[in-house]
Amino acid sequence: MSASRGPLLLGAATILTLLVLPAVLSSYAVTVFIFIFFYGYLGQAWNVLGGYAGQLSAGHAAFVGVGGYATTLLSMHWGLSPWIGMLVGGVLAAALGAVIGGLGFRFGLRGFYFVLLTVAFAEVCRIITLNTEAMGGALGLYITFTGNPWQLQFQDNRAYYYVALGLMLLATGVVALVERSRLGAYLVAIREDEDAAEALGVDTFRYKLCAIVLSAFLTGLGGAFYANYLFSLQPNAVFGIPLSVDIIIRPVIGGAGTLLGPLLGSLILSPLAEIARIYFSRPGWTGLHLVVYGVLLIGTVLFVPQGAYPHLRRAWTRRRSGTA
Amino acid sequence: MDTTLIAQGLLSGVLFGGVYSLMAVGLTLIFGVMRIVNFAHGDMMVWGMYLAWLLATRLGLEPTVGFALAAAALFVLGVVVQRGLVDRVQDAPHEMQILLLLGVGLVLENVALVAFGPDPQRAPSGLSRITLWLGPVFIDMARLVAFTVALALTGGLWLFLRRTDLGRTMRATADNPYGALVVGTDVRRVYATAFGIGAACVGAAGALVSPILPFSPSAGLPASVASFNIVIIGGMGSLPGAFAGGLIVSVAESLGALFLAPSMKELVSFGLLIVILLLRPAGLFGRRA
Repeated sequence: MSASRGPLLLGAATILTLLVLPAVLSSYAVTVFIFIFFYGYLGQAWNVLGGYAGQLSAGHAAFVGVGGYATTLLSMHWGLSPWIGMLVGGVLAAALGAVIGGLGFRFGLRGFYFVLLTVAFAEVCRIITLNTEAMGGALGLYITFTGNPWQLQFQDNRAYYYVALGLMLLATGVVALVERSRLGAYLVAIREDEDAAEALGVDTFRYKLCAIVLSAFLTGLGGAFYANYLFSLQPNAVFGIPLSVDIIIRPVIGGAGTLLGPLLGSLILSPLAEIARIYFSRPGWTGLHLVVYGVLLIGTVLFVPQGAYPHLRRAWTRRRSGTA
Repeated sequence: MDTTLIAQGLLSGVLFGGVYSLMAVGLTLIFGVMRIVNFAHGDMMVWGMYLAWLLATRLGLEPTVGFALAAAALFVLGVVVQRGLVDRVQDAPHEMQILLLLGVGLVLENVALVAFGPDPQRAPSGLSRITLWLGPVFIDMARLVAFTVALALTGGLWLFLRRTDLGRTMRATADNPYGALVVGTDVRRVYATAFGIGAACVGAAGALVSPILPFSPSAGLPASVASFNIVIIGGMGSLPGAFAGGLIVSVAESLGALFLAPSMKELVSFGLLIVILLLRPAGLFGRRA
């Protein structure tokens, strides 16, 4: 078997397994998988900007919020199906990304300064939403459950499973295309040494802008799923910094700037959050899983700064070459 | 608008600004000396609040006295975090430093959540029942004391950095770590001390506001972000900048609360932050990078 076909076959086998898996899973296990897929999706979307282009955004919640609110408001007031509304939400999130990136990159903000700009924009969105009655204000928006698939709502939890899986595969496909494209090469060059890339004639502003717009668009689509899976949008929850941290932490632990890192990170962390939600919800236990998140984040930075995936991959190839 | 209201807003802005300044001074000291942004800053502040609260509820110690113990505990925590963790990423990319300290913040926040629960607390203090009237405007005694102590601590730190050998060494290391190393400075010790002092500052700030504002473990991230705001507006690494920035942001927020709506007050500081980031990233008082 040639070296390049192995991973492809493995990938196809995994996808097939995931497609038939709901048939045997309990309803609770399906929920856990939905969260794995959904956070894997958001992590993958973040990965374009934070992983490949190396521009750390700590305000990605803003795009989730814009996507979620746009979809929901369009559906509530104009009866627009969330399937179409989510595209509008994605475009609006992309526009916000273009504003943040356009300003930040034009004015040459790097490192901490760019991080803070993304946080500031997310916070501005949060405060504006909190104070806008037409957007539900501090109470937020509640979505009535109709169970109508055209409304992105399903009686059966397994339908959400397939939608979330589809989103995750879509984002991973997009990132795979980016990785193989000229754009991907430029983004990695910018991440590794922006000045050198600039000196070689790479239009760094343009490509960083492409990265943030694509990343924001995908994240915005995710917001529509969030709204119609959880049936409520609270400004502090969807625009807040904790959600941004939740989005960042999975790709970083799994391996930022790799194709499968965000999915691996979500596979490691999302079940932990779900298990904690069920079993640690008695007083004195809440927050314990976040302590574990923090410890994992610290451990990753100190001992495996590239994330888990590159190490897993190296161990895998070593074992294969050992047996061959 | 009623002038009394505006005067009251200005006054409470200035008084609260002292605490803001102290928070930001701690952050800017850490950044100035070792070029590290302490993303766990607000969570350290929350621990200062809880320590003051514990001292006040269990031992009956006034937070105006208890802040010294809280600051000492936070100094130790800062030294441990610097020695054990931050020192290992001193030369790593900024992103790694930020992620590491985000991790530290997550741990600190959620250990507090496990230990103290999610309900808001407020440290009991005899001072918060005393109000002074200056004509039509009033001054809350707890705020006045917090302001005075915060001011004294900031002044003390300023003198320490100017007048003592360790303080001078710290400034020399901030200016040129390699040069300091060459002339025989124990740079690692300077780093640990600076981080400890920075944590002690924010811990003291937390203890001082603990009788004024109710707090819960989740107060950390917003406090971190508020500190970032102030130091960027004042100028990263500049002590006078952080001090002035604290007063400016606090007054701007309290006037924002007056003219817009209380829940909109942060909009003013974030708006200010975005403008400063784009037009003058070195801050109002910082040197141009």
